[in-house]
Amino acid sequence: MTPPSSLLSVRDLNVTFASREREVYAVNGVSFDVQPGETMVLLGESGSGKSVTLRSLMKLHPPKKTRYSGEIQFDGTSMLSCSERQLRRLRGAEISMIFQEPSTSLDPVYKVGVQISEMIVRHEGVSQTAALARAKDLLDLVRIPSAAERLNAYPHEMSGGMRQRVMIALALSCNPKLLLADEPTTALDATVQIQIILLLKQLQKELGLSVIFVTHDVGVAVEIGAKVAVMYAGQIVEYGKLRDVVRDPRHPYTQGLLSSTVHAGLRGKRLNAIPGAPPNLSSPLGICGFAPRCPHAHEACVQGVPEPRSPAPGHMSRCVLEDSRSPRSATAHSPK
Amino acid sequence: MDDNDKIARNATRDPKRDVGGPAQPLLIVNRLKKHFPLKRKGLPGRARVDVVRAVDGLDFRVAKGETLGIVGESGCGKSTLAKLLMSLVEPDAGEVVLDGLPVGSAQGISVKAMRSQVQMVFQDSNASLNPRMTIGDTIAFGCKVRGIDSREAARQAEAMLEAVGLDPELYARRYPHELSGGQRQRINIARALALEPRLLILDEAVSALDKSVEAQVLNLLEDLKRRMSLTYIFISHDLNVVQYISDRILVMYLGQIVEIGPVDKIYDNPQHPYTQALLSARPSMDPDHLTEALPISGDPPNPINPPSGCRFRTRCPHAETVCAEKMPALAPGQIGTQVACHMLVDGSGHSQAKRYVA
Repeated sequence: MTPPSSLLSVRDLNVTFASREREVYAVNGVSFDVQPGETMVLLGESGSGKSVTLRSLMKLHPPKKTRYSGEIQFDGTSMLSCSERQLRRLRGAEISMIFQEPSTSLDPVYKVGVQISEMIVRHEGVSQTAALARAKDLLDLVRIPSAAERLNAYPHEMSGGMRQRVMIALALSCNPKLLLADEPTTALDATVQIQIILLLKQLQKELGLSVIFVTHDVGVAVEIGAKVAVMYAGQIVEYGKLRDVVRDPRHPYTQGLLSSTVHAGLRGKRLNAIPGAPPNLSSPLGICGFAPRCPHAHEACVQGVPEPRSPAPGHMSRCVLEDSRSPRSATAHSPK
Repeated sequence: MDDNDKIARNATRDPKRDVGGPAQPLLIVNRLKKHFPLKRKGLPGRARVDVVRAVDGLDFRVAKGETLGIVGESGCGKSTLAKLLMSLVEPDAGEVVLDGLPVGSAQGISVKAMRSQVQMVFQDSNASLNPRMTIGDTIAFGCKVRGIDSREAARQAEAMLEAVGLDPELYARRYPHELSGGQRQRINIARALALEPRLLILDEAVSALDKSVEAQVLNLLEDLKRRMSLTYIFISHDLNVVQYISDRILVMYLGQIVEIGPVDKIYDNPQHPYTQALLSARPSMDPDHLTEALPISGDPPNPINPPSGCRFRTRCPHAETVCAEKMPALAPGQIGTQVACHMLVDGSGHSQAKRYVA
């Protein structure tokens, strides 16, 4: 079933958080594959389960409160059946992650050089001196000027963009195969955001990394490119090449998200907001999660979770509308 | 709909509030300045005092009924400016004139009177609501401040909730933590409007919201503006949103205005190198035209002890010696905007000055 070349293969992943008072069905049946050297964008709004999915890949959720089901195969290892000990070996070394807020992800009381070298020493058992030398190379790699001096800087002495570069260096320090990026540019200024996006794209090419990039921003997703999975209510509602999804969105949620994103040319026009709010995930959905907000909803939408349909090769939409539509015409590809 | 009509009536019911007449700018800001001193450790008597020049001599006007967008990166002083306009921090110099009346001076109006006409919506929708008050009470508080008795205030609060698209039956008795971010921001807007202001300062009011919710709130702001004849100052780092909502924009860099003018003119033809960089740093929405080259490198410098002369010169591709020596003044540009750049002033000493003028 899984193509043999997949670096990461996720099948029917479900993640449920349970506390005494309530349960949250955060991820409901997510499946996707990432090939070596491939970039995938997880696009969705807050609460859509994109970050939960991402963190589940490393089993970062609190073990006592989290129930996983399904299958996550990473490079031949089944992540969900790994022990904590095995996971610790993989985290950072094989799969690593960068977060949204670089200032809270770095330890304020250690110099950044020490933080990077600690990771290298821990995973590879090399000497502190060798690790510090590697740390300097890493800071060069992420284009930090005068890297040798910056090793001795504390996180608070750096700007936000610089700190995010340090986070990227830290994540890349043990040559991971898969980089998970959880909204790494959201907290940054506009002129810095584009620098980090371009840096990540360059590094991905240079190092042949696989990257899963989580974002809520359609513009950022377009810049990152490659493949995109649109998430809503813990499900992937649409999946395909970014160009196809942006040019010809098939799922009503994707259409709504794209038309409610403010961009040039909308001035003076009323925005096409999606009415309502995402569903409460305190019980299993059992229906199309978007049905309550969908302008095209009918009975079939509430009789079970719609199966994935494929309007074109490599393009998936979980919407019953697909059945009554003709396959994509050739004109749908041309701009506008 | 009855409630909506009532809100509209309330907003217009007092024509006397418009003291200056329609041509009088609602807000005039003159040479407004705020520096924050930072104490640094040192030997006694030799302690260095660093100064954050958060807002450094701003001049601008806001006409009645317009939306002025303020853009800039973090640390450029946008939020300090908003607080200065509300008198939440004391300016070091300069004055704010509301509808012809200087705020906080004997000839003008008091700060309290100003605040009944100017209200603010903050960025952090959670931190700006009292966690121990129901949202109905929170909004009614504003009405009570206006001298309305509590029963009527509660009724008006419900009308306000409805005006911002929340069902009072469901929401009036809830606490802030029971709401989503978008709902909380609607509450903040409702609370600000409960005082029936004329000017609403929105400080990154939609920045924390999801796109589909952001669109709802932007639509709401447009509706409310029309219905209640409001004037907005819309502060944001999101250039697409600012373009959508603003009539004019003001671009700030390290406490100063670098460019100000009608939004279409600036977006179509930015004159200042910083505005150009800022606009080209926007993520492309077109998969066939991705950003390839870096529009600008580096981070915004620290606002403590900013560069001499033009503050943008450390990141500017056109910087020359004159830029370090002389601070460019905001001057009318070619296309109806005002720009602070030596390249646009003939005889400024910048080698490219001629080219731009010709």
